Amino acid sequence: MSAPQTAVIRSLDPRITRLQIPEQLPEFQPKPPLDEWEPYEVFWKEKPGDQPIHVGTVHAPNAEMALAFAKENYCRRGRTAAIWVVRTADIFTFSPDDADMFATVPEKTYREPDAYKVAQKLLRFKRQHAAGESHGT
Amino acid sequence: MYGNLSIVEPLRGVEQEDPEKLAEFEERIARGEKIEPHDWMPREYRRQVLRMVEQHAHSEIIGALPEGTWITRAPGFHRKLALMAKVQDEVGHAQLLYSAAETLGKPREQMINDLLSGKAKYSNVFNYPALTWADTAIIAWLIDAGAIINQTLNSKGSYGPYVRALERICKEEAFHLKYGYDNVVTLASGTKRQRQMLQEALNRWWKPIMHFFGPPDHMSIHSEKLLRWKVKMASNDEMRQMFLDAYVPKIWELGLSIPDPNLRKDPQTGRWEYSDPDWDEFWRVINGNGPCNRERLAVRRMADEMGAWVRRALLKPETRYLEPLF
Repeated sequence: MSAPQTAVIRSLDPRITRLQIPEQLPEFQPKPPLDEWEPYEVFWKEKPGDQPIHVGTVHAPNAEMALAFAKENYCRRGRTAAIWVVRTADIFTFSPDDADMFATVPEKTYREPDAYKVAQKLLRFKRQHAAGESHGT
Repeated sequence: MYGNLSIVEPLRGVEQEDPEKLAEFEERIARGEKIEPHDWMPREYRRQVLRMVEQHAHSEIIGALPEGTWITRAPGFHRKLALMAKVQDEVGHAQLLYSAAETLGKPREQMINDLLSGKAKYSNVFNYPALTWADTAIIAWLIDAGAIINQTLNSKGSYGPYVRALERICKEEAFHLKYGYDNVVTLASGTKRQRQMLQEALNRWWKPIMHFFGPPDHMSIHSEKLLRWKVKMASNDEMRQMFLDAYVPKIWELGLSIPDPNLRKDPQTGRWEYSDPDWDEFWRVINGNGPCNRERLAVRRMADEMGAWVRRALLKPETRYLEPLF
């Protein structure tokens, strides 16, 4: 630190004392915005063939460092097959306010196999058909 | 408790919230649903969760300092490796927690500014010195044991990003606890001098450990709302009782004595009784006047300033800030 060193902090810990930190710290200067860089989203695969899942974020100045931080933060224990990082700014998503656009999906039952009762129709058809045949003879 | 300071300020403005939305929000929590960053939440919930997660992050960063200086003096290569891994874990936890806190709308730079300027709080225990190797053993065993009780409870809380960070953190803390216990048992079964060093370390740390879970319940007037919102998962006194239940027998088993003549479990109530652990000292240390407050912040500021040129050199002009997605 750049303050005039009249005295240094005397610590119970000799390693701290050796750092020669001035007793009187210079006035605190707040960090400028983005001092901690921009966020990246981290995706993680436990095993090869897994679909990657989103596990969190890191702050980094570039993709290489984002990968290094992601490895240190999210792959410290257990198994990992792969990690991906992508700038948060490069992800396009619908606004959370528009989440209701997916609300009608379960209502569209005409797109589900269960909505088609073919077996019953077929049975009815077979019964009628058998009855028709007996009339004919 | 890492977020114990959330009780210092009263809850405010809850009565100004839309009663329908508030009721729906409280029902969701009662059903065990998680609240995610873009969900509606009362302003006071946002403020309290942000404060708690941020304080927890600061506690991890500062918590790395008392143990960190012992890396070069760790007895033996294996312990050196283990202590390095533990300290690195703690710093990693801070990174995970800052990310979770950011989802509530406060950029990381502002959180670190509040820490470095002395405005933000962090866990009181880290304002005490680790005088000997035995102190690091007691920290790793008993402080981390306290942290695990707190974090395991909070990992059942209501705020999604915090809960997910804690699940990851708890897995790593399990190693810290076992590593600390191993060191304590090694010293306890060592020479007379080693046993004495361990006993003295325990004597030094007992009061900060009793402070760890925060002031007694009768001092925290609005815990009830925070419990209902699952911001807090147990009261300070409940957590202190859980800790005493689990660890006092383990301490006594090693033939160590606890420096409190009044510590006993009431056989009728099943609750531990103990002397007043000097709450005036607790407030004194929280307000900046503990043995190491100034030193901790000075070391942190120095580290930050020494790294500033690297951060600025790598900063690209087109960078812009966005809230993490989660």
